[in-house]
Amino acid sequence: MFRTPEGKDIFVVDGHTHFWDGSPENQKNIHGKQFIDCFYAYHTGLSPKEQLWEKSKFEKYSAENLYNDLFIDGPDDIAIFQTTSLSDFYKTGFGCIKRTSEIAKRYPGRFIVNGAFDPRDGEKALEYIHFMKETYDIKGVKMYTAEWNGASKGWRLNDSEAYKCFELCDKLGIRNIHVHKGPTIIPLSKDAFDVHDVDHAATDFQGLNWIVEHCGLPRLDDFCWIATQETNVYAGLAVALPFIHSRPRYFGEVIAELLFWIGPEKILFGSDYAIWTPRWLVEKLWAYQIPEDIAAERGVQLTDEIKEKILGLNAARLYDIDIEARKAEFANSPFSIAAE
Amino acid sequence: MATAFSGSRENELWRRLGEVNDPELDESITEMGFVELAAVADDGGVQVEFRLPTYWCSPNFAFLMLDGLCKALDQLSWSPAYRVKLHDHMFAEEVNRGIEGGKAFGEIFGELAGDLDLAGLRETFAMKAFKRRQEAVLRGLRQHGLTDREILGMDLPAYDVARFEPGEAAKQKPRYRSALLERFPDRRADEPVFVTWEGQPIPAHALSAHLAELRGVRINMEFNGALCRGLKQTRYKELDVIDGEPTLVDFIMDRVPARAAPTA
Repeated sequence: MFRTPEGKDIFVVDGHTHFWDGSPENQKNIHGKQFIDCFYAYHTGLSPKEQLWEKSKFEKYSAENLYNDLFIDGPDDIAIFQTTSLSDFYKTGFGCIKRTSEIAKRYPGRFIVNGAFDPRDGEKALEYIHFMKETYDIKGVKMYTAEWNGASKGWRLNDSEAYKCFELCDKLGIRNIHVHKGPTIIPLSKDAFDVHDVDHAATDFQGLNWIVEHCGLPRLDDFCWIATQETNVYAGLAVALPFIHSRPRYFGEVIAELLFWIGPEKILFGSDYAIWTPRWLVEKLWAYQIPEDIAAERGVQLTDEIKEKILGLNAARLYDIDIEARKAEFANSPFSIAAE
Repeated sequence: MATAFSGSRENELWRRLGEVNDPELDESITEMGFVELAAVADDGGVQVEFRLPTYWCSPNFAFLMLDGLCKALDQLSWSPAYRVKLHDHMFAEEVNRGIEGGKAFGEIFGELAGDLDLAGLRETFAMKAFKRRQEAVLRGLRQHGLTDREILGMDLPAYDVARFEPGEAAKQKPRYRSALLERFPDRRADEPVFVTWEGQPIPAHALSAHLAELRGVRINMEFNGALCRGLKQTRYKELDVIDGEPTLVDFIMDRVPARAAPTA
């Protein structure tokens, strides 16, 4: 729960968190090392100085660190785990669903565990989706279209293999498809983080919600155009939000574009923990105002009401979270004690 | 004098390198700190070492930059032999081997990514640079208090006498000028300076909408620029922090002479 300086309690759903193991022991090859190094560079590049972690802690942090940073020191009420396998780079996976599910069990009610699959695995991917549904009852998945798989250096949401997987998700009630569309990295000439495939998939799967993480930056204009056309496309703020500290005016331009094009109902807060911790992000977002000239040009404001939607109400709608019931539940047992 | 001689060559080298842009960001590779070493040996031979913000930087962008770099080195007045080396990139080995073997970039790149359309990519980046530069100047002129009609009526002679306080508009003014002339080499001097990338005039009532579109282009480019700067900085720090003493990197960065006057 985030208590505003005015004393109002705001329910926070952190739409994007990780419990990863990027430690040297788990790295399969040089790519594994470079991947966590790149995350660490994001962390050091955009965090306030007093929030910086040591590299070794960043590579592998404990469940206690996680719980504390999100729920005790941090303002989260519920956090969504995004699974990022990267099994070509890490021995037991970078963020593995088995590990996150164990954590979720330890702290009941606090976590929603999303799965992941790779459509290029064909039949096996379909089996795996069944397995995740039966074993973990997942409500969502994280798609990483730039992930390597053998000779392939990426895939698209509208590949026919992917469509088979989404048909199955639709059937099993796995409704929330988080798609990583972020900075241009791995791909070669074909840009696997291009956002146009979202347009096709969202049109063809109206029953699924498509949450585009990092709101498609650096392709914000393309993303806004698509998200405006499709009612089931959402923007995840992870990576965009930390700019609120280092380049607040720039963040103002991004959020103004999002509000102008897709509106306040379709923007979701996400810390991308452990790249960033939620406390400072939420505090800064609550205190933030879009610079006047930008707000005037776009005719939008970031009101308290809108901030509350971004911080929790929007995600609660997608994940069927009964906020009042959960508030009562957490009030009775504010901090879960780890059951050993 | 030998030192003065090599000093002036080094200046020329850095000046040429400063003209190479990161195509995705439309910013100079020396300002971004991508060039870690640029040295002129006694026999005039040139060595350049190059490091990008992350191991994952898109290889096609890396190639465009290296290609630009070699073109810049080809223009050096003493036509030296040169060696270019890319560090710590996922394809560094392939690239360096390719350069060593005297292969053209297209050849090396072709082996890594069969279907690449470098010319198409170049054109896309040229368009983005054109728009970003134009936006900065347009906003600068508006801030100066010019009406939209006055701004859009400007021809090249009027453009050239406009002056800005130091800032983004001042920085982009000569750069927009060169982008305009490169895009429309046959334009007449009395034609409007501000047109769309397609060459269409912009009516005064449409300027705000036009600016909104340009802003979208800039937001994307700035996102990349800010990330790259942050990542690059971190990479440097990780490499060379030794008990708070000046590091190799400080040394390298200090060697960059002050930038010459902007070249239009």
